[in-house]
Amino acid sequence: MVATLQLNDVGVRYGKLDVLSGITTPVLKGGEVTAVIGPNAAGKSSLFRRIAGLLGGPGDIAVGGLSGGFSSGICYMPQDTSVNTVLTVYESVLLARKQGADLRVGDEDLEAVDAILASLNIERIAFKSLCELSGGQRQLVSLAQTLVREPEILLLDEPTSALDLHRQVEVLALIRSLSQQRQICVVLAIHDLNQVLRVADRVMVIDAGTMVKCGPAEAVITPDLLRNVYRVDGRIERCSRLCAQVIIDGPVEPHD
Amino acid sequence: MAHSASIAARPGRGAYRALVQRKKLVLLALSAVLILSVIADLALGPARYSMREVVLALAGSPEISHQVSVVIWDIRMPVALMAVVVGAALSAAGAQMQTILNNPLASPFTLGISAAASFGASIALVFGVGLLPFAIEYVVSINALLMAMGAALFIHLMSQRRGVTVETIVLLGITLVFTFNALLALVQFLASEQALAAVVFWTMGSLTRATWPKLAITTLVVVVALPLFFRRAWGLTALRLGEDKAASFGVNVRWLRLETMLIVSVLAAVPVAFVGTIGFVGLVGPHIARMMIGEDQRFFLPASALSGAAMLSLTSVISKSLIPGSIIPIGIITALVGVPFLFSLIMTNRRRAW
Repeated sequence: MVATLQLNDVGVRYGKLDVLSGITTPVLKGGEVTAVIGPNAAGKSSLFRRIAGLLGGPGDIAVGGLSGGFSSGICYMPQDTSVNTVLTVYESVLLARKQGADLRVGDEDLEAVDAILASLNIERIAFKSLCELSGGQRQLVSLAQTLVREPEILLLDEPTSALDLHRQVEVLALIRSLSQQRQICVVLAIHDLNQVLRVADRVMVIDAGTMVKCGPAEAVITPDLLRNVYRVDGRIERCSRLCAQVIIDGPVEPHD
Repeated sequence: MAHSASIAARPGRGAYRALVQRKKLVLLALSAVLILSVIADLALGPARYSMREVVLALAGSPEISHQVSVVIWDIRMPVALMAVVVGAALSAAGAQMQTILNNPLASPFTLGISAAASFGASIALVFGVGLLPFAIEYVVSINALLMAMGAALFIHLMSQRRGVTVETIVLLGITLVFTFNALLALVQFLASEQALAAVVFWTMGSLTRATWPKLAITTLVVVVALPLFFRRAWGLTALRLGEDKAASFGVNVRWLRLETMLIVSVLAAVPVAFVGTIGFVGLVGPHIARMMIGEDQRFFLPASALSGAAMLSLTSVISKSLIPGSIIPIGIITALVGVPFLFSLIMTNRRRAW
């Protein structure tokens, strides 16, 4: 069975304020990567928290095909990775894996931690304290904590925002390959449209709390979208590796 | 940390096992300090015994006179063990308050729980008014307990409101301290001379009030509470990674916080109810444990309990040693010793967390 996720008229309300409403998607399946894009404060993080069950609100979130329970099958990596905890990286990843389990730590747990640290290339910082890490390192560790739980539906809120370009490409390639190998349904919020074009099968555009568009990446990311949602002029071109890329000319002039 | 650097070169699994071994050794060292401190506490008093005499008396050796045995077992033992149990309870309560409120300044003393208990006790001492209509012989303790639980739940409920930050909780605690101290002052103002003396002595905190039944109740609370925390060790540790992160791991954050706060309120209130206000153990104990052993609750919780127990036991030894022939109320010593100790820890570890 492949994990599936479908949103039907989903919204989020803080008191009397609707911060998100009417989000409806087709069935998102394991093995696919869906990128959620949109300007700052569009409601992307609220959508992630709503899907993860951390916020209530109207609408229906249909989850299917999970081999375990909801909490073990869906894993959410929040945008904020700042911590002031006296734990080593290794302990924090082990901790993520052992949630809901007994207190005994077996060889299989340590093997899983070793493997995930190696796949993200962060074994070197395994015994550094979390509070000594840089922003980018914290983001990688947070991703390791999420991946070590072997999710079937993976919600990543800006997982590469603090990473250098090389790390961004490396991490997104890993997420893409894990999604295909393990049939994980990945939903990730990301600002870099070029990375979206490289990694996403489907793109969902959120603006001012509503869904503007949802479809294949190259059909959604168009000059019109750049103009209407991001208020910039630009075009989409093919690069040498036959991958599309966004070329930005500049902000939309006020008189336009 | 030099220790981190030395193990960083080894493969992850082996290095983790080594780290766990080191933490177990720290726990053993803390236990050893605690045992030595208890023996010293038993040896000191108006009549001073050697460590050898104390050990022989504890072993029931016929070499030791009946009189020495009675002094050690019947007079000094409840007080010495009360220091251990109260220290462990306050420190474990402080550790979990700091964990669930994500706040380095949280402790029963700083957030007004001890002040609430003092006020509850003062009502009983001055006016003879009990908050419960039964168990009249324990009216002081029950009043203190109920007021402390009420204050803890109030802090908890306020911390659940939207937009409440770490700083807000500290400010809220400070307002509780001031409120209950003002109410306590009012009660003292209205009190008779005899009742006033009782209230003042109670608020100083003194282990000399320890009796075997009080010791048994406090021990029972600690013995029940610590395994309850221990059972939730992974979830409690995850809370320190942030509320969203813990929730995304499947931790029921709201329920875990409420459950922990309820247990903490009993754990903090019972010792205060029996021996009066003892400050700083609940604040400093967890910080010592955190610096020595980190925040994996499987080790942090016992380390907090042991460091709090050792700290209060050592303070008991100091309170008997400063002025020969008299025992200074322990609440005075914990503040005098605890503050500079905490200050030095913060200044030497200021680049670490908190």
